[in-house]
Amino acid sequence: MTDLVQIDHLSAFYGPVQALFDVSLTLAEGEVLALMGRNGMGKTTTIRALCRLLPHAGGGLRFGGVDLTGLPAHRAARLGIGLVPEGRRCFLPLSVAENLTVAARPGPWDMARVCALFPRLAERMGQVAGTLSGGEQQMLAIGRALMTNPRLLVLDEATEGLAPVVRQEIWQAVRQLKADGLSILLVDKSLREIAAVADRAVILERGASVWNGPLADLGPQLADRYLGV
Amino acid sequence: MTRETLVNLVILAALIGTALVAQALGEGFVVTLATKAAIFALAGVGLNLALGFGGMVSLGHAAFFGIGGYVCAILASHAASGQPVAVLPFTIAGTNEMPAIWPVAMAVSGLAAGLIGALSLRTTGVYFIMVTLAFAQMIYYFAVSWPRYGGDDGLSFYVRNSFPGLNTFDPIQYFAICATLLVLALGVCALILRARFGLALEGARQNPARAQALGIRPYGLRLTAFVLSGMIVGLAGALYADLNRFVSPAMLSWHMSGEIMVFVILGGVGRLCGPVAGAAIYILLEHLLGGVSDYWQVLLGLLLLGIVLFAPGGLVGLIAPRRRHV
Repeated sequence: MTDLVQIDHLSAFYGPVQALFDVSLTLAEGEVLALMGRNGMGKTTTIRALCRLLPHAGGGLRFGGVDLTGLPAHRAARLGIGLVPEGRRCFLPLSVAENLTVAARPGPWDMARVCALFPRLAERMGQVAGTLSGGEQQMLAIGRALMTNPRLLVLDEATEGLAPVVRQEIWQAVRQLKADGLSILLVDKSLREIAAVADRAVILERGASVWNGPLADLGPQLADRYLGV
Repeated sequence: MTRETLVNLVILAALIGTALVAQALGEGFVVTLATKAAIFALAGVGLNLALGFGGMVSLGHAAFFGIGGYVCAILASHAASGQPVAVLPFTIAGTNEMPAIWPVAMAVSGLAAGLIGALSLRTTGVYFIMVTLAFAQMIYYFAVSWPRYGGDDGLSFYVRNSFPGLNTFDPIQYFAICATLLVLALGVCALILRARFGLALEGARQNPARAQALGIRPYGLRLTAFVLSGMIVGLAGALYADLNRFVSPAMLSWHMSGEIMVFVILGGVGRLCGPVAGAAIYILLEHLLGGVSDYWQVLLGLLLLGIVLFAPGGLVGLIAPRRRHV
Protein backbone atom coordinates (compact mmCIF):
# COMPACT_ATOMS: atom_id res chain seq x y z
CA MET A 1 0.00 0.00 0.00
CA THR A 2 1.24 3.45 -0.84
CA ASP A 3 0.93 6.32 1.58
CA LEU A 4 -1.83 8.74 0.66
CA VAL A 5 -0.88 11.31 3.26
CA GLN A 6 2.66 12.00 4.38
CA ILE A 7 3.24 14.64 7.01
CA ASP A 8 6.88 15.11 8.05
CA HIS A 9 7.98 17.21 10.98
CA LEU A 10 5.25 19.74 10.33
CA SER A 11 5.14 23.04 12.19
CA ALA A 12 2.41 25.66 12.09
CA PHE A 13 1.72 29.09 13.53
CA TYR A 14 -1.33 31.18 14.33
CA GLY A 15 0.17 34.61 13.69
CA PRO A 16 3.22 34.79 15.95
CA VAL A 17 2.11 31.85 18.12
CA GLN A 18 3.51 28.45 17.29
CA ALA A 19 0.85 25.74 17.54
CA LEU A 20 2.55 22.75 15.92
CA PHE A 21 6.17 21.93 16.57
CA ASP A 22 6.83 18.50 15.13
CA VAL A 23 3.94 16.48 13.77
CA SER A 24 4.64 13.46 11.60
CA LEU A 25 2.13 10.94 10.38
CA THR A 26 1.32 8.77 7.40
CA LEU A 27 -1.97 7.43 6.20
CA ALA A 28 -2.15 4.58 3.72
CA GLU A 29 -4.74 4.29 0.96
CA GLY A 30 -7.91 2.76 2.40
CA GLU A 31 -6.78 3.21 5.98
CA VAL A 32 -8.70 4.83 8.83
CA LEU A 33 -6.37 6.84 11.04
CA ALA A 34 -7.43 8.46 14.29
CA LEU A 35 -5.76 11.67 15.41
CA MET A 36 -5.97 11.83 19.17
CA GLY A 37 -4.87 14.00 22.04
CA ARG A 38 -6.26 16.23 24.75
CA ASN A 39 -7.80 19.61 24.03
CA GLY A 40 -5.44 22.17 22.57
CA MET A 41 -2.77 19.68 21.53
CA GLY A 42 -2.98 20.49 17.82
CA LYS A 43 -5.44 18.03 16.27
CA THR A 44 -7.54 20.60 14.48
CA THR A 45 -4.45 22.64 13.63
CA THR A 46 -2.90 19.59 11.95
CA ILE A 47 -6.07 19.16 9.91
CA ARG A 48 -6.15 22.85 9.01
CA ALA A 49 -2.53 22.65 7.89
CA LEU A 50 -3.27 19.54 5.80
CA CYS A 51 -6.19 21.34 4.13
CA ARG A 52 -3.89 24.30 3.49
CA LEU A 53 -6.02 26.62 5.60
CA LEU A 54 -2.91 27.81 7.44
CA PRO A 55 0.19 29.36 5.88
CA HIS A 56 2.98 26.86 5.49
CA ALA A 57 5.64 27.26 8.15
CA GLY A 58 7.90 24.23 7.93
CA GLY A 59 8.05 20.51 7.37
CA GLY A 60 6.74 18.30 4.61
CA LEU A 61 3.14 17.88 3.52
CA ARG A 62 2.33 15.47 0.71
CA PHE A 63 -0.97 14.10 -0.53
CA GLY A 64 -1.06 11.31 -3.10
CA GLY A 65 2.56 12.09 -3.89
CA VAL A 66 1.83 15.78 -4.56
CA ASP A 67 3.63 18.40 -2.49
CA LEU A 68 0.90 20.48 -0.85
CA THR A 69 3.09 23.20 0.63
CA GLY A 70 2.42 26.41 -1.23
CA LEU A 71 -0.85 25.24 -2.79
CA PRO A 72 -3.96 27.34 -2.10
CA ALA A 73 -6.72 25.64 -0.12
CA HIS A 74 -9.02 25.06 -3.09
CA ARG A 75 -6.27 23.23 -5.01
CA ALA A 76 -5.69 20.92 -2.05
CA ALA A 77 -9.40 20.23 -1.86
CA ARG A 78 -9.54 19.44 -5.57
CA LEU A 79 -6.71 16.95 -5.21
CA GLY A 80 -9.21 14.98 -3.14
CA ILE A 81 -9.19 16.12 0.46
CA GLY A 82 -12.81 16.22 1.64
CA LEU A 83 -12.96 18.17 4.89
CA VAL A 84 -15.85 17.87 7.31
CA PRO A 85 -14.95 20.78 9.56
CA GLU A 86 -15.41 20.94 13.29
CA GLY A 87 -18.75 22.50 14.13
CA ARG A 88 -20.25 21.27 10.83
CA ARG A 89 -20.22 24.65 9.02
CA CYS A 90 -22.99 24.00 6.55
CA PHE A 91 -24.15 26.88 4.39
CA LEU A 92 -27.10 27.66 6.62
CA PRO A 93 -29.30 29.71 4.24
CA LEU A 94 -29.00 27.12 1.47
CA SER A 95 -31.24 24.06 1.27
CA VAL A 96 -29.98 20.51 1.79
CA ALA A 97 -29.98 19.85 -1.95
CA GLU A 98 -28.12 23.11 -2.62
CA ASN A 99 -25.54 22.36 0.07
CA LEU A 100 -24.88 19.00 -1.55
CA THR A 101 -24.63 20.50 -5.05
CA VAL A 102 -22.48 23.48 -4.17
CA ALA A 103 -19.10 21.75 -4.40
CA ALA A 104 -20.09 18.53 -6.16
CA ARG A 105 -17.58 17.02 -8.54
CA PRO A 106 -18.23 14.07 -10.84
CA GLY A 107 -17.50 10.60 -9.50
CA PRO A 108 -19.09 7.60 -7.83
CA TRP A 109 -20.62 9.73 -5.08
CA ASP A 110 -23.80 11.44 -6.17
CA MET A 111 -27.01 12.64 -4.59
CA ALA A 112 -28.60 9.17 -4.66
CA ARG A 113 -25.67 7.51 -2.92
CA VAL A 114 -25.50 10.19 -0.22
CA CYS A 115 -29.24 9.76 0.33
CA ALA A 116 -28.76 6.01 0.66
CA LEU A 117 -26.08 6.60 3.31
CA PHE A 118 -28.17 9.18 5.19
CA PRO A 119 -31.87 8.54 4.50
CA ARG A 120 -32.72 11.44 6.81
CA LEU A 121 -31.22 13.87 4.31
CA ALA A 122 -33.38 12.46 1.53
CA GLU A 123 -36.46 13.36 3.56
CA ARG A 124 -35.27 16.95 3.98
CA MET A 125 -33.89 17.84 0.54
CA GLY A 126 -35.84 21.11 0.28
CA GLN A 127 -35.29 22.21 3.85
CA VAL A 128 -32.91 25.07 4.64
CA ALA A 129 -29.77 23.81 6.41
CA GLY A 130 -30.17 26.28 9.27
CA THR A 131 -33.40 24.56 10.34
CA LEU A 132 -31.86 21.07 10.59
CA SER A 133 -30.92 19.50 13.90
CA GLY A 134 -27.24 19.29 14.83
CA GLY A 135 -27.04 15.65 13.85
CA GLU A 136 -28.68 16.27 10.50
CA GLN A 137 -26.31 19.17 9.85
CA GLN A 138 -23.42 16.82 10.61
CA MET A 139 -24.78 14.30 8.11
CA LEU A 140 -25.14 17.12 5.60
CA ALA A 141 -21.54 18.24 6.17
CA ILE A 142 -20.33 14.68 5.58
CA GLY A 143 -22.58 14.37 2.53
CA ARG A 144 -21.29 17.66 1.15
CA ALA A 145 -17.68 16.45 1.52
CA LEU A 146 -18.53 13.10 -0.10
CA MET A 147 -20.12 14.90 -3.06
CA THR A 148 -16.68 16.33 -3.89
CA ASN A 149 -15.67 12.67 -4.44
CA PRO A 150 -12.64 12.85 -2.17
CA ARG A 151 -9.78 10.36 -1.93
CA LEU A 152 -9.53 11.20 1.76
CA LEU A 153 -12.35 12.12 4.10
CA VAL A 154 -11.28 14.28 7.04
CA LEU A 155 -13.69 14.18 9.96
CA ASP A 156 -12.99 16.74 12.66
CA GLU A 157 -15.04 15.96 15.79
CA ALA A 158 -17.87 14.55 13.73
CA THR A 159 -19.90 13.40 16.73
CA GLU A 160 -19.19 16.28 19.08
CA GLY A 161 -22.23 17.46 21.03
CA LEU A 162 -24.67 15.02 19.43
CA ALA A 163 -27.20 12.76 21.11
CA PRO A 164 -25.97 9.16 21.62
CA VAL A 165 -28.48 7.73 19.18
CA VAL A 166 -27.38 10.19 16.47
CA ARG A 167 -23.72 9.46 17.22
CA GLN A 168 -24.46 5.80 16.55
CA GLU A 169 -25.94 6.70 13.17
CA ILE A 170 -22.86 8.74 12.24
CA TRP A 171 -20.44 6.01 13.37
CA GLN A 172 -22.48 3.45 11.46
CA ALA A 173 -22.05 5.60 8.34
CA VAL A 174 -18.31 5.97 8.95
CA ARG A 175 -17.96 2.19 9.28
CA GLN A 176 -19.82 1.78 6.02
CA LEU A 177 -17.49 4.28 4.30
CA LYS A 178 -14.52 2.35 5.65
CA ALA A 179 -15.98 -0.90 4.29
CA ASP A 180 -16.28 0.82 0.89
CA GLY A 181 -12.52 1.40 1.04
CA LEU A 182 -12.46 5.16 1.61
CA SER A 183 -9.41 6.58 3.39
CA ILE A 184 -10.44 8.47 6.50
CA LEU A 185 -8.59 10.75 8.90
CA LEU A 186 -10.67 11.31 11.99
CA VAL A 187 -10.46 13.31 15.16
CA ASP A 188 -12.64 12.34 18.07
CA LYS A 189 -12.57 12.14 21.83
CA SER A 190 -14.30 8.85 22.53
CA LEU A 191 -11.61 6.16 22.58
CA ARG A 192 -14.21 3.38 22.67
CA GLU A 193 -15.99 4.60 19.54
CA ILE A 194 -12.74 5.29 17.70
CA ALA A 195 -11.45 1.81 18.50
CA ALA A 196 -14.42 0.33 16.65
CA VAL A 197 -13.43 1.91 13.31
CA ALA A 198 -9.85 3.16 13.28
CA ASP A 199 -6.94 0.93 12.24
CA ARG A 200 -4.25 3.09 13.73
CA ALA A 201 -3.90 6.16 15.91
CA VAL A 202 -1.47 9.06 16.16
CA ILE A 203 -1.41 10.88 19.48
CA LEU A 204 -0.45 14.53 19.68
CA GLU A 205 0.87 16.30 22.73
CA ARG A 206 1.73 19.99 22.78
CA GLY A 207 1.94 20.25 19.02
CA ALA A 208 4.05 17.14 18.46
CA SER A 209 3.23 13.56 17.54
CA VAL A 210 4.30 11.42 20.47
CA TRP A 211 2.78 8.01 19.80
CA ASN A 212 1.85 6.14 16.69
CA GLY A 213 0.57 2.59 16.36
CA PRO A 214 -2.35 0.21 16.07
CA LEU A 215 -5.14 1.02 18.51
CA ALA A 216 -4.87 -2.45 20.04
CA ASP A 217 -1.40 -1.50 21.30
CA LEU A 218 -2.73 1.50 23.15
CA GLY A 219 -2.98 0.14 26.69
CA PRO A 220 -4.78 1.81 29.59
CA GLN A 221 -1.54 3.27 30.92
CA LEU A 222 -0.65 5.01 27.66
CA ALA A 223 -4.21 6.13 27.18
CA ASP A 224 -4.26 7.63 30.62
CA ARG A 225 -0.93 9.35 30.13
CA TYR A 226 -1.79 11.00 26.81
CA LEU A 227 -5.56 11.21 26.82
CA GLY A 228 -6.70 11.06 30.44
CA VAL A 229 -7.91 14.15 32.15
CA MET B 1 -44.76 28.95 -6.71
CA THR B 2 -42.98 30.58 -3.78
CA ARG B 3 -44.06 33.88 -2.34
CA GLU B 4 -40.99 35.60 -3.75
CA THR B 5 -41.73 34.36 -7.27
CA LEU B 6 -45.24 35.74 -6.90
CA VAL B 7 -43.90 39.10 -5.70
CA ASN B 8 -41.44 39.15 -8.63
CA LEU B 9 -44.24 38.56 -11.12
CA VAL B 10 -46.37 41.28 -9.51
CA ILE B 11 -43.49 43.77 -9.70
CA LEU B 12 -42.87 43.03 -13.40
CA ALA B 13 -46.59 43.09 -14.17
CA ALA B 14 -46.93 46.47 -12.43
CA LEU B 15 -44.10 47.96 -14.49
CA ILE B 16 -45.39 46.61 -17.80
CA GLY B 17 -49.02 47.34 -16.86
CA THR B 18 -48.19 50.96 -16.07
CA ALA B 19 -46.71 51.44 -19.52
CA LEU B 20 -49.63 49.75 -21.28
CA VAL B 21 -52.28 51.69 -19.35
CA ALA B 22 -50.43 54.96 -19.93
CA GLN B 23 -50.25 54.14 -23.63
CA ALA B 24 -53.99 53.44 -23.74
CA LEU B 25 -54.67 56.76 -22.01
CA GLY B 26 -52.36 58.59 -24.40
CA GLU B 27 -49.86 59.54 -21.66
CA GLY B 28 -46.66 59.25 -23.69
CA PHE B 29 -44.58 60.86 -20.97
CA VAL B 30 -45.53 58.17 -18.45
CA VAL B 31 -44.47 55.50 -20.97
CA THR B 32 -41.09 57.21 -21.18
CA LEU B 33 -40.87 57.24 -17.38
CA ALA B 34 -41.62 53.51 -17.32
CA THR B 35 -38.90 53.01 -19.95
CA LYS B 36 -36.45 54.89 -17.75
CA ALA B 37 -37.48 52.72 -14.81
CA ALA B 38 -36.95 49.56 -16.89
CA ILE B 39 -33.47 50.73 -17.93
CA PHE B 40 -32.48 51.66 -14.39
CA ALA B 41 -33.91 48.34 -13.22
CA LEU B 42 -31.68 46.56 -15.76
CA ALA B 43 -28.66 48.41 -14.37
CA GLY B 44 -29.77 47.45 -10.86
CA VAL B 45 -30.16 43.80 -11.87
CA GLY B 46 -26.59 43.91 -13.16
CA LEU B 47 -25.21 45.45 -9.98
CA ASN B 48 -27.25 43.04 -7.85
CA LEU B 49 -25.37 40.14 -9.41
CA ALA B 50 -22.11 41.54 -7.98
CA LEU B 51 -23.41 43.26 -4.85
CA GLY B 52 -26.30 41.06 -3.77
CA PHE B 53 -25.29 37.60 -4.88
CA GLY B 54 -21.51 37.95 -5.00
CA GLY B 55 -21.13 40.20 -1.95
CA MET B 56 -18.95 42.63 -3.91
CA VAL B 57 -19.89 46.17 -2.87
CA SER B 58 -18.83 48.05 -5.99
CA LEU B 59 -19.03 51.82 -6.04
CA GLY B 60 -17.74 51.88 -9.60
CA HIS B 61 -20.58 50.49 -11.68
CA ALA B 62 -21.24 53.91 -13.24
CA ALA B 63 -18.08 53.17 -15.24
CA PHE B 64 -19.83 50.30 -17.03
CA PHE B 65 -23.09 52.25 -17.36
CA GLY B 66 -21.23 55.17 -18.90
CA ILE B 67 -19.04 53.00 -21.12
CA GLY B 68 -22.15 51.30 -22.52
CA GLY B 69 -23.68 54.72 -23.11
CA TYR B 70 -20.60 56.15 -24.78
CA VAL B 71 -20.20 53.10 -27.04
CA CYS B 72 -23.79 53.63 -28.19
CA ALA B 73 -23.39 57.39 -28.71
CA ILE B 74 -20.01 57.11 -30.43
CA LEU B 75 -21.21 54.46 -32.88
CA ALA B 76 -24.39 56.45 -33.56
CA SER B 77 -22.60 59.75 -34.10
CA HIS B 78 -20.17 58.10 -36.52
CA ALA B 79 -23.05 56.51 -38.39
CA ALA B 80 -24.59 59.99 -38.71
CA SER B 81 -21.39 61.64 -39.90
CA GLY B 82 -20.31 58.75 -42.12
CA GLN B 83 -16.80 58.80 -40.65
CA PRO B 84 -15.39 55.44 -39.53
CA VAL B 85 -14.72 55.08 -35.77
CA ALA B 86 -11.25 53.75 -36.47
CA VAL B 87 -9.24 53.00 -39.58
CA LEU B 88 -6.31 51.11 -38.08
CA PRO B 89 -5.79 48.22 -37.68
CA PHE B 90 -9.01 47.67 -39.62
CA THR B 91 -11.91 49.89 -40.48
CA ILE B 92 -14.67 50.09 -37.88
CA ALA B 93 -17.67 51.92 -39.22
CA GLY B 94 -20.32 53.55 -37.06
CA THR B 95 -23.74 51.98 -36.87
CA ASN B 96 -27.23 52.95 -35.86
CA GLU B 97 -28.57 49.41 -35.54
CA MET B 98 -29.33 48.48 -31.93
CA PRO B 99 -28.67 44.74 -32.43
CA ALA B 100 -25.15 45.68 -33.54
CA ILE B 101 -24.60 48.31 -30.84
CA TRP B 102 -25.64 46.18 -27.86
CA PRO B 103 -23.04 43.41 -28.24
CA VAL B 104 -20.29 46.02 -28.70
CA ALA B 105 -21.46 47.96 -25.64
CA MET B 106 -21.58 44.74 -23.60
CA ALA B 107 -18.21 43.55 -24.86
CA VAL B 108 -16.45 46.85 -24.11
CA SER B 109 -18.00 47.21 -20.65
CA GLY B 110 -17.32 43.52 -19.97
CA LEU B 111 -13.68 44.06 -20.93
CA ALA B 112 -13.50 47.06 -18.61
CA ALA B 113 -15.14 45.00 -15.85
CA GLY B 114 -12.60 42.24 -16.41
CA LEU B 115 -9.67 44.64 -16.05
CA ILE B 116 -11.11 46.55 -13.10
CA GLY B 117 -12.38 43.38 -11.43
CA ALA B 118 -9.11 41.47 -11.83
CA LEU B 119 -7.30 44.20 -9.92
CA SER B 120 -10.02 45.23 -7.43
CA LEU B 121 -10.94 41.71 -6.39
CA ARG B 122 -7.54 41.30 -4.79
CA THR B 123 -8.93 43.52 -2.06
CA THR B 124 -12.05 43.16 0.07
CA GLY B 125 -14.33 45.29 2.21
CA VAL B 126 -13.81 49.02 2.31
CA TYR B 127 -10.71 48.78 0.11
CA PHE B 128 -12.74 47.11 -2.62
CA ILE B 129 -15.28 49.95 -2.46
CA MET B 130 -12.51 52.55 -2.74
CA VAL B 131 -10.60 50.78 -5.54
CA THR B 132 -13.71 50.38 -7.70
CA LEU B 133 -14.60 54.02 -7.03
CA ALA B 134 -11.09 55.09 -8.01
CA PHE B 135 -11.23 53.22 -11.33
CA ALA B 136 -14.63 54.71 -12.14
CA GLN B 137 -13.37 58.20 -11.35
CA MET B 138 -10.38 57.69 -13.67
CA ILE B 139 -12.76 56.88 -16.52
CA TYR B 140 -14.98 59.82 -15.55
CA TYR B 141 -12.11 62.31 -15.70
CA PHE B 142 -10.90 60.77 -18.93
CA ALA B 143 -14.32 61.41 -20.49
CA VAL B 144 -14.40 64.97 -19.13
CA SER B 145 -11.04 65.80 -20.59
CA TRP B 146 -11.31 64.04 -23.95
CA PRO B 147 -12.58 66.71 -26.36
CA ARG B 148 -13.12 64.38 -29.34
CA TYR B 149 -16.49 63.18 -28.06
CA GLY B 150 -17.69 66.35 -26.36
CA GLY B 151 -15.66 66.24 -23.17
CA ASP B 152 -17.51 67.95 -20.37
CA ASP B 153 -20.45 68.89 -22.64
CA GLY B 154 -21.32 65.34 -23.54
CA LEU B 155 -22.29 63.98 -26.91
CA SER B 156 -25.69 64.26 -28.62
CA PHE B 157 -27.06 62.24 -31.48
CA TYR B 158 -30.29 63.38 -32.95
CA VAL B 159 -31.86 60.19 -34.23
CA ARG B 160 -32.60 57.25 -31.95
CA ASN B 161 -30.93 54.08 -33.20
CA SER B 162 -33.15 51.64 -35.02
CA PHE B 163 -34.26 48.09 -34.42
CA PRO B 164 -35.35 45.95 -37.36
CA GLY B 165 -39.11 45.75 -37.62
CA LEU B 166 -39.83 48.31 -34.91
CA ASN B 167 -40.25 52.05 -34.80
CA THR B 168 -38.02 52.98 -31.88
CA PHE B 169 -39.36 56.56 -31.81
CA ASP B 170 -42.70 55.26 -30.65
CA PRO B 171 -42.37 55.35 -26.83
CA ILE B 172 -44.31 52.13 -26.27
CA GLN B 173 -42.21 50.24 -28.82
CA TYR B 174 -38.99 51.43 -27.23
CA PHE B 175 -40.43 50.46 -23.86
CA ALA B 176 -41.14 46.99 -25.26
CA ILE B 177 -37.47 46.65 -26.28
CA CYS B 178 -36.19 47.74 -22.86
CA ALA B 179 -38.70 45.63 -20.92
CA THR B 180 -37.89 42.56 -23.01
CA LEU B 181 -34.18 42.97 -22.34
CA LEU B 182 -34.94 43.43 -18.63
CA VAL B 183 -36.95 40.21 -18.51
CA LEU B 184 -34.22 38.39 -20.46
CA ALA B 185 -31.57 39.63 -18.03
CA LEU B 186 -33.71 38.52 -15.09
CA GLY B 187 -34.13 35.11 -16.69
CA VAL B 188 -30.39 34.76 -17.28
CA CYS B 189 -29.69 35.79 -13.66
CA ALA B 190 -32.25 33.32 -12.32
CA LEU B 191 -30.67 30.51 -14.36
CA ILE B 192 -27.13 31.42 -13.32
CA LEU B 193 -28.07 31.62 -9.66
CA ARG B 194 -29.86 28.28 -9.69
CA ALA B 195 -26.88 26.60 -11.35
CA ARG B 196 -23.91 25.31 -9.39
CA PHE B 197 -22.10 28.57 -10.28
CA GLY B 198 -24.68 30.60 -8.35
CA LEU B 199 -24.60 28.26 -5.37
CA ALA B 200 -20.82 28.37 -5.26
CA LEU B 201 -20.91 32.18 -5.53
CA GLU B 202 -23.38 32.27 -2.65
CA GLY B 203 -21.19 29.90 -0.65
CA ALA B 204 -18.10 32.00 -1.29
CA ARG B 205 -20.00 35.09 -0.17
CA GLN B 206 -21.15 33.46 3.06
CA ASN B 207 -17.76 32.06 3.99
CA PRO B 208 -14.81 32.13 1.59
CA ALA B 209 -12.63 29.84 3.73
CA ARG B 210 -15.34 27.20 3.96
CA ALA B 211 -15.86 27.33 0.21
CA GLN B 212 -12.13 27.01 -0.38
CA ALA B 213 -11.93 23.95 1.85
CA LEU B 214 -14.48 22.37 -0.51
CA GLY B 215 -12.39 23.12 -3.58
CA ILE B 216 -14.12 26.31 -4.69
CA ARG B 217 -11.90 29.22 -5.77
CA PRO B 218 -13.67 32.45 -4.80
CA TYR B 219 -11.54 34.75 -6.98
CA GLY B 220 -12.48 33.19 -10.31
CA LEU B 221 -16.16 32.97 -9.40
CA ARG B 222 -16.29 36.56 -8.25
CA LEU B 223 -14.45 37.83 -11.31
CA THR B 224 -16.88 35.99 -13.60
CA ALA B 225 -19.86 37.43 -11.72
CA PHE B 226 -18.29 40.91 -11.78
CA VAL B 227 -17.78 40.75 -15.57
CA LEU B 228 -21.35 39.53 -16.16
CA SER B 229 -22.57 42.28 -13.88
CA GLY B 230 -20.57 44.90 -15.81
CA MET B 231 -21.93 43.62 -19.13
CA ILE B 232 -25.56 43.90 -18.01
CA VAL B 233 -24.95 47.40 -16.64
CA GLY B 234 -23.22 48.31 -19.92
CA LEU B 235 -26.29 47.19 -21.88
CA ALA B 236 -28.45 49.35 -19.61
CA GLY B 237 -26.11 52.27 -20.34
CA ALA B 238 -26.53 51.80 -24.10
CA LEU B 239 -30.33 51.77 -23.72
CA TYR B 240 -30.19 54.87 -21.52
CA ALA B 241 -28.11 56.70 -24.12
CA ASP B 242 -30.72 55.84 -26.74
CA LEU B 243 -33.55 56.96 -24.47
CA ASN B 244 -32.04 60.44 -24.09
CA ARG B 245 -30.15 60.50 -27.41
CA PHE B 246 -27.43 62.09 -25.31
CA VAL B 247 -24.53 60.94 -23.16
CA SER B 248 -22.38 62.97 -20.82
CA PRO B 249 -19.73 62.25 -18.21
CA ALA B 250 -22.54 62.44 -15.61
CA MET B 251 -23.36 58.85 -16.58
CA LEU B 252 -19.87 57.90 -15.41
CA SER B 253 -19.86 59.88 -12.19
CA TRP B 254 -19.98 58.32 -8.75
CA HIS B 255 -23.46 59.78 -8.23
CA MET B 256 -24.63 57.34 -10.85
CA SER B 257 -22.89 54.44 -9.05
CA GLY B 258 -24.65 55.52 -5.88
CA GLU B 259 -28.02 55.74 -7.63
CA ILE B 260 -27.73 52.21 -9.01
CA MET B 261 -26.82 51.04 -5.52
CA VAL B 262 -29.89 52.83 -4.13
CA PHE B 263 -32.14 50.89 -6.55
CA VAL B 264 -30.70 47.64 -5.26
CA ILE B 265 -30.94 48.56 -1.56
CA LEU B 266 -34.46 50.01 -1.83
CA GLY B 267 -35.79 46.92 -3.56
CA GLY B 268 -33.82 44.27 -1.73
CA VAL B 269 -30.18 43.24 -1.88
CA GLY B 270 -29.79 39.76 -3.31
CA ARG B 271 -33.44 39.54 -4.40
CA LEU B 272 -33.97 38.82 -8.09
CA CYS B 273 -36.56 41.53 -8.75
CA GLY B 274 -35.47 43.83 -5.92
CA PRO B 275 -33.75 46.31 -8.25
CA VAL B 276 -36.86 46.48 -10.45
CA ALA B 277 -38.98 47.57 -7.49
CA GLY B 278 -36.21 49.90 -6.32
CA ALA B 279 -35.78 51.61 -9.68
CA ALA B 280 -39.55 51.98 -10.12
CA ILE B 281 -39.91 53.62 -6.69
CA TYR B 282 -36.96 55.89 -7.38
CA ILE B 283 -38.48 57.11 -10.66
CA LEU B 284 -41.88 57.48 -9.02
CA LEU B 285 -40.48 59.58 -6.18
CA GLU B 286 -38.39 61.65 -8.57
CA HIS B 287 -41.49 62.36 -10.65
CA LEU B 288 -43.90 63.02 -7.77
CA LEU B 289 -41.57 64.88 -5.41
CA GLY B 290 -39.20 66.40 -7.95
CA GLY B 291 -41.95 68.84 -8.93
CA VAL B 292 -42.47 69.89 -5.31
CA SER B 293 -38.87 70.65 -4.45
CA ASP B 294 -35.39 70.38 -5.90
CA TYR B 295 -34.39 68.84 -2.60
CA TRP B 296 -36.62 65.78 -2.99
CA GLN B 297 -33.63 63.53 -2.42
CA VAL B 298 -33.77 64.48 1.28
CA LEU B 299 -36.93 62.38 1.43
CA LEU B 300 -35.27 59.63 -0.58
CA GLY B 301 -32.49 59.67 2.01
CA LEU B 302 -34.99 59.27 4.82
CA LEU B 303 -36.68 56.40 2.99
CA LEU B 304 -33.31 54.73 2.45
CA LEU B 305 -32.48 55.16 6.12
CA GLY B 306 -35.79 53.60 7.10
CA ILE B 307 -35.23 50.63 4.78
CA VAL B 308 -31.71 50.00 6.03
CA LEU B 309 -32.74 50.29 9.69
CA PHE B 310 -36.05 48.48 9.70
CA ALA B 311 -36.17 46.33 6.56
CA PRO B 312 -32.65 45.23 5.57
CA GLY B 313 -34.16 42.94 2.92
CA GLY B 314 -35.61 45.97 1.11
CA LEU B 315 -39.18 46.05 -0.12
CA VAL B 316 -39.11 42.53 -1.51
CA GLY B 317 -37.70 41.32 1.82
CA LEU B 318 -40.53 43.10 3.63
CA ILE B 319 -43.22 41.38 1.57
CA ALA B 320 -41.56 38.01 1.06
CA PRO B 321 -39.20 37.14 3.95
CA ARG B 322 -36.41 34.64 3.29
CA ARG B 323 -37.67 31.14 2.77
CA ARG B 324 -37.14 28.40 5.32
CA HIS B 325 -38.25 25.70 2.93
CA VAL B 326 -37.94 25.53 -0.82
